[in-house]
Amino acid sequence: MHLTLEFAGGAELLFGKQKLQTIDLPDNNTSWTIRTLLIWIRENLLRERPELFIQGDSVRPGILVLVNDTDWELLDGLNYQLKENDNILFVSTLHGG
Amino acid sequence: MPSATCVSCNGQRPAALVRPKTSEPYCKQCFFDAFEREIHETIVKEQLFKPGETIAVAASGGKDSTVLAHVLKLLNERHSYGLKLVLLSIDEGITGYRDDSLETVKRNQQQYELPLIILTYKELYGWSMDEIVKAVGRKNNFSYSHEFHYLFVLYFFPSGTFCGVFRRQALDRGAMKLSVNKIATGHNADDIAETILMNILRGDIARLKRCTLIMTGDESDDSEGSIIPRCKPLKYAYEKEIVLYAFYKRLDYFSTECLYSPNAYRGNIRTYIKDLERLRPSSIIDIIHSGEQLLVKQSTKMPVQRVCERCSYCSSMPICKACLLIEGLNKGVPKLGIGKTERYRKEMQKKDECCSDQSLCHCMKEKLTVNEHN
Repeated sequence: MHLTLEFAGGAELLFGKQKLQTIDLPDNNTSWTIRTLLIWIRENLLRERPELFIQGDSVRPGILVLVNDTDWELLDGLNYQLKENDNILFVSTLHGG
Repeated sequence: MPSATCVSCNGQRPAALVRPKTSEPYCKQCFFDAFEREIHETIVKEQLFKPGETIAVAASGGKDSTVLAHVLKLLNERHSYGLKLVLLSIDEGITGYRDDSLETVKRNQQQYELPLIILTYKELYGWSMDEIVKAVGRKNNFSYSHEFHYLFVLYFFPSGTFCGVFRRQALDRGAMKLSVNKIATGHNADDIAETILMNILRGDIARLKRCTLIMTGDESDDSEGSIIPRCKPLKYAYEKEIVLYAFYKRLDYFSTECLYSPNAYRGNIRTYIKDLERLRPSSIIDIIHSGEQLLVKQSTKMPVQRVCERCSYCSSMPICKACLLIEGLNKGVPKLGIGKTERYRKEMQKKDECCSDQSLCHCMKEKLTVNEHN
């Protein structure tokens, strides 16, 4: 499945400063959710300090997730089923202003 | 899962986010309207400004100060506050330090069409951070690289000793030089909730009362001394909403990720607040309201605020910390004012407050962390 991942607000520092990445998730029998995507991200993309991005099976509190510009809290959160070409943005709020 | 229709326009537009303050779904347009309207209501209710005033918006290039500048300019025009707005930024004078934040502020100047004034430590104190580092380093017979000097200063003389003290005063001294009536900083609800909890946990009642005030330094504030009144228009705005507002509006800001606060204290409290927010989003505003209600008994002894004999800044000592430090530098005794217990106490306080002066925090924490963990 083809997806676009975006990182902003400082979160990109955990991903080699890359703000935008397109990825292809392997097709498997079960559909992909944000929960499983996070596991995939931790195993495949996170360059350093996984605990700064992921806490338990979710993102660290203070990191916002938007799917196609919409707050994931409106979309079932971790259980949201990803669709082809979805854009998932992770914005960190954890920094000085 | 909340429904997908905006509660404000009743489904005219699809909901885009859940507002943490109310846990209700909002579409983008209604969110912008509500966010801006609430800040306007805060400004009016708390009487933060008077027509004709010149307001310095403390600008670091970070998300809070960018949103603050954008919204203040917008509201000033929409509601005819009659204010003159300027962006005020402080440059510590650290060459070789990646100062993207200042570049961002310069872009903000273009984007918002507001005058920008950048003041340097050199202008304000007669010493830039580079010079301070050199002076301290030379005294100790070190001849290492510049970067090491800087880390050395920060590590062995923790940020509070020079940078923290100077930072705190820099805005005020800068504003005084420019004859500005007030300073507006971008402290948000999360920051204030954090500070309240921190002061409760440390039993710091002197700070507790001040930190809940939306405006300090005006007639209602009983501390003396010629400090410029300072207000926090974003006091009730959630950090999440500030970030979303900036994101949806494509506002330009610079973010340094505080990879790990070297002072576990504020770091722990930040984590706690974020966890609370996840469980019950109204916690943040509830903590602020609780903090505002806390009253100190009349009979309690509070530290006396007086005025520095040299520069008239408010101080609890006859000579304020900054003047003491400058004197030390000028006399070639850079450790003046940095005693053992003094250092420890200031370390505790100033490290905690580094990020509370968010308008200035370029966050050297990253560098400090590297040093500590080695």
